Amino acid sequence: MAERTKRRKLPEAWFAWMLVAPAIIFIAVIVAWPLAETIRLSFMEADLGGEEFVGAANYADLLDSRKFHETVVRTFYWMFLSVGLKLILGLIGATLLNAAIPGRALFRVLVMPPWVIPIAIGCIGWLWLYNGYFGLLSGLGQRLGILDGPFEFLAYKQSAFYSAIVTDVWVGTPMVTLFLLAAMQGVSRDLYEAAWVDGAGRWYRFRRITIPQIMPVLVSMALLSAIWTFNSFEIIWILTEGGPRGATTTLIVDTYKTAISNYKFGEGAARAVIIVILLALFSLIYLFFLNKVNRKYGVK
Amino acid sequence: MMDRYTIPQKIGLYIAVAIFLTFILLPFFEMFMASLRPLEHLFRSPYQFWSEDFSFQAYSDMWETVPLLGRYIFNSIYIASMVTAITMAFVVPAAYAFARMDFPFKSATLGIFLAVNMFTGAVLLIPLYRVLRTLGLLNTYWAMIVPGVAFLIPTGIWLLRSYLEKIPRELEEAAYVDGASRLYTLRRVVLPLAVPGLIVVGVAVFIGAYAQQFLFAITFNQTRELQPLPAGLYEFIGYQSVTWNEMMAAALVGVLPVMVIFLFLQKYLVAGLTAGAVKE
Repeated sequence: MAERTKRRKLPEAWFAWMLVAPAIIFIAVIVAWPLAETIRLSFMEADLGGEEFVGAANYADLLDSRKFHETVVRTFYWMFLSVGLKLILGLIGATLLNAAIPGRALFRVLVMPPWVIPIAIGCIGWLWLYNGYFGLLSGLGQRLGILDGPFEFLAYKQSAFYSAIVTDVWVGTPMVTLFLLAAMQGVSRDLYEAAWVDGAGRWYRFRRITIPQIMPVLVSMALLSAIWTFNSFEIIWILTEGGPRGATTTLIVDTYKTAISNYKFGEGAARAVIIVILLALFSLIYLFFLNKVNRKYGVK
Repeated sequence: MMDRYTIPQKIGLYIAVAIFLTFILLPFFEMFMASLRPLEHLFRSPYQFWSEDFSFQAYSDMWETVPLLGRYIFNSIYIASMVTAITMAFVVPAAYAFARMDFPFKSATLGIFLAVNMFTGAVLLIPLYRVLRTLGLLNTYWAMIVPGVAFLIPTGIWLLRSYLEKIPRELEEAAYVDGASRLYTLRRVVLPLAVPGLIVVGVAVFIGAYAQQFLFAITFNQTRELQPLPAGLYEFIGYQSVTWNEMMAAALVGVLPVMVIFLFLQKYLVAGLTAGAVKE
């Protein structure tokens, strides 16, 4: 019997590998090989002229650079703030769209555009909104007397950073909203009805039924969003190109500027490797704590 | 009964929905308003919400200012469609293997696919550029399609796998008992049942491919005729005298075809996402 199952297993493994192999090979050529190449380049002084082995000098420079430390801190701040807002707004949005009110089918459609259109197109709209002289935000602010005169949102360090956050949240919120909405609709009505019969109010039902039930989706959305936000490039590039004076330069923008704009391939590669290491560490820590929390509450 | 709201609650809900949707739709509103203003009034300060001379002139002028607009719109859709088709061709067999079969290094392989999610193209641009140059793909559609596919395969496998896992195994086993081969079962039993899931994953991949073509386009493609919409329009923003009203009109018209397609597909998408979220 054991021998028979074993013999049946072998062809299955072969067949399975045949199904997976094309995807693996494709990823190997287009992602794994460039990644290996990036690691190799990170130990080189490389530019358009050629390459020269410099050992860990690129990394040593980065570790010594205060500017780079600031960029790392800024990137994590960017990520936590933006992901936090996306999750909060997504949760609020999903709850609203899940409410049994007339028109919700239409509202669900209206939430989608920022997710569906090219990010760069949405950013053109925001570029205009943030304009001090012609933009709606500055215009409205002046009309309401909040602003004394035209205010260029993208011209000052602080306001540029938070403006970029708002746009990033705008791009990311619809997807979080829709996935959380889908999760909410998957929650069994029986649970709500049982609680309702027992006299539980809406807020209680939301806290004690909805939140725990959608927790698995919420935590995986949090991790995915964190990775995407960390690597969010187009939004910053189109709005500010990392400026003013580096105020919106996150790691990914710094990497792009170094490697593509300044042709310092080796230094850029070292930054890219650090991004990958930081994201891997972040994911591992996140999953580690997630396991702990899950075990504590008896979630499988 | 449970779902009934009192009048004040209803009003509160609608106000909250209105605020939420205002945030979501504000840039589109702003783009539309800007597209209606004649250029000389666009830059008028202080800001005016409404003026007498609003017109749709920009919507006819833009075809001359951006002569390739039609081409950009086509390119965007073409690239995203190709990416979707090729990605699905890789994803469907792999997702099936991960959902149903046992093979050596299965979890390690799945882990690798997940790890790819951690990179974006921006991290690997330089080596990717060299790979594409070696393959002779620079400045062709493929320069934008190939990297797009690579970075969407992991997401596709991940989404489709969890969907396939929910299809009852009994149906496949019944097919085996009747003597059907694995490939036949995959084609004739599993895939038809997975159609809703395939649509969801397909639409999700298409959105990913359509929304994120900018970076690969500006880096790997210099041929103007092949640029997708965002890269094509971005080129104009750097110019000395940007005809912003026409830019806005072009951007809105540019995304219109996909929005219309999407309007028809969205009910499958929401339904499919919901089905995918139902566990056990």
